[in-house]
Amino acid sequence: MSALLALEDVTVARNGAAVLREVSLGLAAGERLAIVGPNGAGKTTLLRTLVGLEHPSAGQVWLFGTPCQTERDFRTLRPRIGYLFQDSDDQLFCPSVIEDVAFGPLNLGCTQAEAFCRAQEVLAMLGIAALAPRISHRLSGGEKRLVCLAGLLAMKPDVLLLDEPTNGVDTENGKRLRAALHAFPGAMLLVSHDDAFIAELATRAMAIENGLLSPAALHTHAHSHTHSHPHIHVSGD
Amino acid sequence: MTVAALQTSSGDLRLRLVAAFIVIACLSQLRALPIALAALAAVGLVAAWRRPDAQLWRRLLHVEAFLLLLFATLPFTLAGRPLFTLGPLTASVEGLERAMLIAAKVSASVLVLTVMLGQVEPARLGTALRGLYVPEAIVRLFVLTARYLGLIRDEARRLQEAMRMRGFRPGTNRHSWRSYGHLIGMLLVRALERAQRVEEAMLCRGYEGRFPRLAQPAPSLRDWAGASAAVVFGLAVTVADRL
Repeated sequence: MSALLALEDVTVARNGAAVLREVSLGLAAGERLAIVGPNGAGKTTLLRTLVGLEHPSAGQVWLFGTPCQTERDFRTLRPRIGYLFQDSDDQLFCPSVIEDVAFGPLNLGCTQAEAFCRAQEVLAMLGIAALAPRISHRLSGGEKRLVCLAGLLAMKPDVLLLDEPTNGVDTENGKRLRAALHAFPGAMLLVSHDDAFIAELATRAMAIENGLLSPAALHTHAHSHTHSHPHIHVSGD
Repeated sequence: MTVAALQTSSGDLRLRLVAAFIVIACLSQLRALPIALAALAAVGLVAAWRRPDAQLWRRLLHVEAFLLLLFATLPFTLAGRPLFTLGPLTASVEGLERAMLIAAKVSASVLVLTVMLGQVEPARLGTALRGLYVPEAIVRLFVLTARYLGLIRDEARRLQEAMRMRGFRPGTNRHSWRSYGHLIGMLLVRALERAQRVEEAMLCRGYEGRFPRLAQPAPSLRDWAGASAAVVFGLAVTVADRL
């Protein structure tokens, strides 16, 4: 298998009902694959299966050309995958931002000094160096998302899996998020409802519905339209 | 759905709570080992006949693990006729008997709870406790704990998954201890914040510091019969013990 990550006829069942049905998918190097579909279609389950948090009842998961079945198989390869959880609070658990970003590098065997140095670098790269000493659970939604991403980038992953990355992120931090993702050299698999975000970032798209995955067209329309929308002007601007 | 409809599925919980309390109070006062063992056997038979879920048996297993501790310590710490010696330690017959007595009483009590209340939704016990005039603050604590424990457990599970995704492997080292410390601290902080949000939401819906007491239907004849049987069993065991 030449793909970085691949699923081969994977079926995942939960409480007797199939959440994914014979799903096949391959993510090539440098590719940015978007997965779109309604709520409850199995998007998050797909990502969780790829990192070994869900165990398929049939089919095979391949990570970097290696077939993965047991927790041990996944564990050795997981550091090369950065998985951004849908809810940032699931990921942030250290009291301060810098500690949280340094957590991954520490797990990889970096010394404390190295880990904190790497964390500081990534935070600076994302333009949020000032957040380093802040208490992580008091950040805004957008800041939390960026810190989560920093925690993944600090591990220097080859692939990013993003679950609804733009949800609850304000414009300013959204810009930083997009810039960071554009600058990321590796492959990316993103699940999102944000059409503009997908159009801007993705190179390929697939649609999922009722656990069935199918190729989808990704196109941008070159059309001009006029529309009016209300603006809010801050007084004194 | 009315309270009556909720109640009919498992009978009157108030009576069951009172009966379980009395039976366990009786069991806890037993002094003779044969009687305690007989009580355990009787309760065990009833439990097996009722066929509780596998999960309830697992709960019993947790208790037994704790009781093993008693068997490991009591024979050596209670003075009496020597049973055997293990290096400098001497196990006594009295100590072993005491450990068996406690084990029998505790196991029987847990089985009583399993049989009488094991299949009841914890949240529904709140209404019954309120019906028994248990102070509202205690009931509130109980009901909210039962409601939110699952959420907090899920939160802990997701945090641990996210830790694993970032290459965390628990070990015996400072990094692991610190990480678990952070995890527990974060759970506490979140639980506190959630509690505040829940209270605010309750206040927004007109909560005035007290859960309303719901009127409950009178217990049926069957409930009275069941509760009486349980209480008679408890008293009989106590009388046999004291004779």
